[in-house]
Amino acid sequence: MNQRRETAQAATNFVVVGVGGQGILLAADVLALVGMRIGLDVKKAEVHGMAQRGGSVISHVRWGEHVMSPLISAGEVDHLLAFERLEALRYAEMLRPGGTLLINDYRIAPISVSSGNDIYPSDADEEKAYASATVHRYCIQAMEMARELGQVRVNNVVMLGTLSAFLDVPEDVWLEVISSRVPERYGEINRKAFALGRTHTLGLL
Amino acid sequence: MKRLLSGNQAVARGAWEAGVRVAAGYPGTPSTEILETLAPMPGIYAEWCPNEKVATDVAVGAAYAGSRSMAVMKHVGLNVAADSFFYASMTGLEAGMVIACADDPGMHSSQGEQDSRRYAKFARVPCLEPSTSQEAKDMVGIALDLSEEFDTPVLLRITTRISHSHSIVELGPEREPSNGQAPPYRVDTTKYVMVPGNALRRHPVMEERIPRVAEYANQADYNRIEMGDTSLGIVTHGIAYQYAKEVFPHASFCRLGMTYPLPPQLIADFASQVDGLIVVEELDPAIEEEIKLMGIACEGKSIFPMVGELSPEIVRECAISAGLLAESSRPQQVHLDLPSLPPRPPVLCPGCPHRGIFITTRKLNLVVSGDIGCYTLGFLPPLGALHTCGCMGASIGQAHGVSKAGIQQKHAAVIGDSTFFHTGIPALLNIAYNQSNTITIILDNRTTAMTGHQHHPGTGYTLQGQETPSTELEPLVRALGIPNVYTVDPYNLAQVEEVLRECTGLDSPSAVISQRECVLLPAARVRNLALRVDVDKCIACSTCRRVGCPAILKSDEVYPRTGRAKTAIDPLLCTGCEICAQVCSVNAILFRSQIEAEQGVEA
Repeated sequence: MNQRRETAQAATNFVVVGVGGQGILLAADVLALVGMRIGLDVKKAEVHGMAQRGGSVISHVRWGEHVMSPLISAGEVDHLLAFERLEALRYAEMLRPGGTLLINDYRIAPISVSSGNDIYPSDADEEKAYASATVHRYCIQAMEMARELGQVRVNNVVMLGTLSAFLDVPEDVWLEVISSRVPERYGEINRKAFALGRTHTLGLL
Repeated sequence: MKRLLSGNQAVARGAWEAGVRVAAGYPGTPSTEILETLAPMPGIYAEWCPNEKVATDVAVGAAYAGSRSMAVMKHVGLNVAADSFFYASMTGLEAGMVIACADDPGMHSSQGEQDSRRYAKFARVPCLEPSTSQEAKDMVGIALDLSEEFDTPVLLRITTRISHSHSIVELGPEREPSNGQAPPYRVDTTKYVMVPGNALRRHPVMEERIPRVAEYANQADYNRIEMGDTSLGIVTHGIAYQYAKEVFPHASFCRLGMTYPLPPQLIADFASQVDGLIVVEELDPAIEEEIKLMGIACEGKSIFPMVGELSPEIVRECAISAGLLAESSRPQQVHLDLPSLPPRPPVLCPGCPHRGIFITTRKLNLVVSGDIGCYTLGFLPPLGALHTCGCMGASIGQAHGVSKAGIQQKHAAVIGDSTFFHTGIPALLNIAYNQSNTITIILDNRTTAMTGHQHHPGTGYTLQGQETPSTELEPLVRALGIPNVYTVDPYNLAQVEEVLRECTGLDSPSAVISQRECVLLPAARVRNLALRVDVDKCIACSTCRRVGCPAILKSDEVYPRTGRAKTAIDPLLCTGCEICAQVCSVNAILFRSQIEAEQGVEA
């Protein structure tokens, strides 16, 4: 039993959540490749196909000496990167006590909400939900930052920059991996997006 | 060299390293990326076929011709290919052949979660199952060697969590270039012509093969024993091995890389060394049943679920319930005081051309027999316009059956272009032959959209992106014998309604080809132009919100007379298809021409 705990603790567990089309798979790719670049075993799990058509999407990434399951159990997530506020609520209970919850301050209404059949949780609902949760929660204006850069789509990379502030990995490694994963003509704006998220978050800590 | 590869990418790499010359398949989640990864690799020919049966026959033909081959499909594709799968097991082959089949436990993107290992036993075909991307790569070569040694096709069964999980792979040596010489075709009619007389001689060969493979499997290094604490022995396979290993780090393991046939001696030895034996397997109790048939006691599905995907969490919870683990082994979790959260199921994209058809069939109150593709999502509220979905190509036959049985409402079949080529053609031929007044609506969005835009016989391009003649739907449908054929633009609601109304009045079969490319294709994206609501005109009737477009939102502004929220349009999501603008009774949503005129003024 103790060894299982040790295994779980030896691994660093990330979950990236959001809405299909928000760049979750790219973010998870970068995260996995960064782990590999710093010499760790990595596994990444995600789902393609129907789930990606505007649905709720989750990707698991694990770093460790030797990673077994690509899926992470609830209670074993160290860092939850949420690209959307409702999805943050949906998956926050996967965090371990003391885990880090990074939320892109952005809302996308599910179709049941926009067609008037459901209600999107209010600010007050959210505050109440998180009130008793023992997590480190940061709300990031990633969408705004991306908009300032002139390309809202890079908000996923702003979020990666934010996450990087919590990890002991050289900035160069992140930037190299990001550059290798985006088309060259978007390299500059993605590197800027990363730096913006990172600098902003380092300022908060 | 080490690379981070998905299981699918690893299978492709494995096929290339192992000298596969011909690979064929039909796209289907979670298998699609295998052929996409393979397509640009040198020295190997890969193609999308109209369906999995054709793909399997192509692979069989290549293997009969003396070249290594691979057929690729998802689990339900193997149903389509089953006929070919069985005869290939009867005849054997001249060179190695592997069927890479991706099951979808949990049905992330499928209509069922059948366990393909049952086909292995059914057709007497050996089945290999990797637990990592490394094994997914290596097992392609192992499967081909086995195929040649035992003269049988081999099933490489992967699952969603293998296909779409990435792990680190040590690449093997690059394949040697072919000498360019085609082998002569070896004729052997007693082996390859399955008339009853020959088939009677082949059936015993097929039956005798399995005990020989089982004997070999006792020694195979991918069937491995990892001894630990002997109070509990766990037999497991595939991704379930990773989950079980994480939940029971101290237990003894028998990890099966071949799950049909099982290695009898290995399992008997393992069972004799442990106090209790459990089987952790995803979906069916295929391993458990075989072990019990050997007369060895074990527990499996009495502890772990038969339905759905496993996870470390599920394995742990089941083990706790069965008393195999202490309650304290459960990780501590954060708890939130959550309100009820609106679900977020997948939806038809903003600007999806299928929407124009569904709005109209709903308006005309048509009962709609549906099929497999993005358009299946038309069943969801607020559209609620599709009423059945069973399997690829089922819609047209179903609609014909509805017609022959007779119902009070008018009805139609909807089927995508790729699905029509897959298995819709014989069903439409049946309508022409047996004459019903069925309306067949072919949703021609010029691609296989749901699986991520693969080419098909109607797109004019091959898997490699090479130009090829495209099969046009209208002449094809006419050639099948359908007299009334119409082509409509689904963005033009008035036209769609006029044509469908005409079809519902006909006594003979009709086909409506709804032609508009998928809104996610680059050719469509360049035309994206966000529409906007004239808030002064909007009367908050919410008609536009019932078209089920994710770009249509509730505005913060309220219509004073009713107190209801007006509509707003998300400029990031809207593509400018104008469907909402056409349903608006007060012209509150600006058409593209109006937006363009405004922008022209600004410029």
